[in-house]
Amino acid sequence: MKKVYVNEQWCLGCHLCEYYCAFANSGMDNMVDALKDKKIYPRIQVEEGNGINFAVNCRHCDDPVCVKSCITGALQIDDGVITVDQDKCVGCYTCILACPYGAVMPAEGGKVIQKCELCLQNACGEPACVKGCPNRAIVYEER
Amino acid sequence: MKQTHTQYLIIGNSAAAVGCIEGIRSADREGTITLVASEPYHTYSRPLISYLLEDETDEQRMKYRPDDFYEKNNVTALLGKTAADLDAKQKTVTLESGETISYDKLLVATGSSPFVPPIEGLNTVDKKTTFMTLDDAHWLEKEVTKDTNVLIMGAGLIGLKCAEGLSGRARSITVVDLADRVLPSILDETGGAMMKTHLENHGIHCVLSDSVAKFEPSAAILSSGTKLPFDVLVIAVGVRPNTALVAKAGGDVRKGIATDEHCRTTLPDVYAAGDCAESLDITTGQEKVLALLPNAYMQGECAGLSMAGNDKPYDKAIPMNAIGFFGLHILTAGSYEGEALTEQAEGAYKKLVVKDGVLKGFILIGDIARAGIYTSLIKNRTPLSEVDFDLLKDHPQLMAFSKKERKEMLGGVKA
Ligand SMILES: Cc1cc2nc3c(=O)[nH]c(=O)nc-3n(C[C@H](O)[C@H](O)[C@H](O)COP(=O)(O)OP(=O)(O)OC[C@H]3O[C@@H](n4cnc5c(N)ncnc54)[C@H](O)[C@@H]3O)c2cc1C
Repeated sequence: MKKVYVNEQWCLGCHLCEYYCAFANSGMDNMVDALKDKKIYPRIQVEEGNGINFAVNCRHCDDPVCVKSCITGALQIDDGVITVDQDKCVGCYTCILACPYGAVMPAEGGKVIQKCELCLQNACGEPACVKGCPNRAIVYEER
Repeated sequence: MKQTHTQYLIIGNSAAAVGCIEGIRSADREGTITLVASEPYHTYSRPLISYLLEDETDEQRMKYRPDDFYEKNNVTALLGKTAADLDAKQKTVTLESGETISYDKLLVATGSSPFVPPIEGLNTVDKKTTFMTLDDAHWLEKEVTKDTNVLIMGAGLIGLKCAEGLSGRARSITVVDLADRVLPSILDETGGAMMKTHLENHGIHCVLSDSVAKFEPSAAILSSGTKLPFDVLVIAVGVRPNTALVAKAGGDVRKGIATDEHCRTTLPDVYAAGDCAESLDITTGQEKVLALLPNAYMQGECAGLSMAGNDKPYDKAIPMNAIGFFGLHILTAGSYEGEALTEQAEGAYKKLVVKDGVLKGFILIGDIARAGIYTSLIKNRTPLSEVDFDLLKDHPQLMAFSKKERKEMLGGVKA
């Protein structure tokens, strides 16, 4: 299955992936309206320090501990993609406690969680972070 | 009386049972599965009963699996039926209704029952309940109104979740506990004090280091002599594993049903998982009941796999709790014996516990971001000498791991 992979040596730490992610998941058509002067809640997050940068998002694990730990059944696997039904989620954060990559986070407002769903559910249709990365530091491919 | 046969028989219909079904079906699409459960409902998320009281969910959304779950997994679900007797030699289970089911493999996933302490005068209290089931939540929905004063015995996870659930409905809520802090099983003194203040700011009155000596019909008399009047009483002082079926059949039972790393009991072809069973807590090396939903699911799944002939040990059990009250979240994991590193800020508390060069446990209140990175250090017993622990002390991050490990984690390179 195609997943988002990180080429750490190419990452500039520019955070564009975070902006593209937040925009793609905002449901809006205009990037300025979606992001300008707002705190963004991206599902991909760049770690940086000491000349090393890399982006982290959901690994879509084959044996996902978040799904197994979910107390409501909101997290599920659809054809290898781990998705969350925010309508079922109550924001207990058990998945945040379970994910070994720190790739699940509270959504804006904190009442439910959010995570990378590879943009398969939104208008972008494929990972917006990868499309927007200027340096191929994240790629969407089979490995 | 009627006798039927099934390859796989499951007693219970909650997280452990569902884990078992999904475990079996990942290895065996065909074998017949029959499930027997006392509660007459489609599988639902037990922890959500307090969210139901808050109107944060409803009966449809709190279903733990979709409506077609039994059908899709080809499970015969006998809901509203109770298993009365297990004969491990004949490999049969007899239901209260009289029919007998014979099995090849059996999972006991009977969960736990609320403990009701024998307190003088309790029988004179008219309006009382425990807080474990959908029926309990419906009863409270009916009985608690804006004029109701509620008394909750027990400031543990269940008692306090009930308090939060009822807070918008009742006139007053008082919680009483013998312990000197709230959530004594997961919080230390500092964390407990912080949560108590937070709960009191949201109108939950906490009476600690005191216990109910006796009841009058509408009041509790505490050991200190204090009298607490109430209209509705909720008893949430703890749960007891439902072990009777296995104990009576001659299986080993300690506090919970004894199981090995494949969730086998000491009875042949009988497995146990979830709140009725013990697991090995790898942070302390002790066998204990980890009455938590993720643990129930994973034990159930392990049992299911093994029942279907696909052994995969479950050997990473640790206590882990995610719980929040009025928007303030607590994430805890592991055990707290060892050297403690603590940090406190406005609305936040962090405690990391280190022993023998590995992370053993933690408490995070308020700032909970990426806590799972800590949890996995505990589960994997990662030597802290192999990671940059100074970075991790600051906050959980993958930067603290070696480049090689990051390539495995993020670059898809196989270990
Ligand atoms: C209010 C509340 C809040 C909670 N919050 C959390 C939380 O936030 N996070 C967390 O991890 N855990 C939480 N828990 C604990 C969690 O609900 C349990 O760990 C989990 O439900 C255990 O699942 P189980 O499958 O072992 O059994 P249970 O959920 O206990 O289900 C067992 C089922 O078996 C049935 N049964 C028992 N005996 C028989 C019999 N002889 N014949 C037929 N059927 C039988 C019972 O009726 C029951 O339906 C909470 C619990 C409560 C009550």
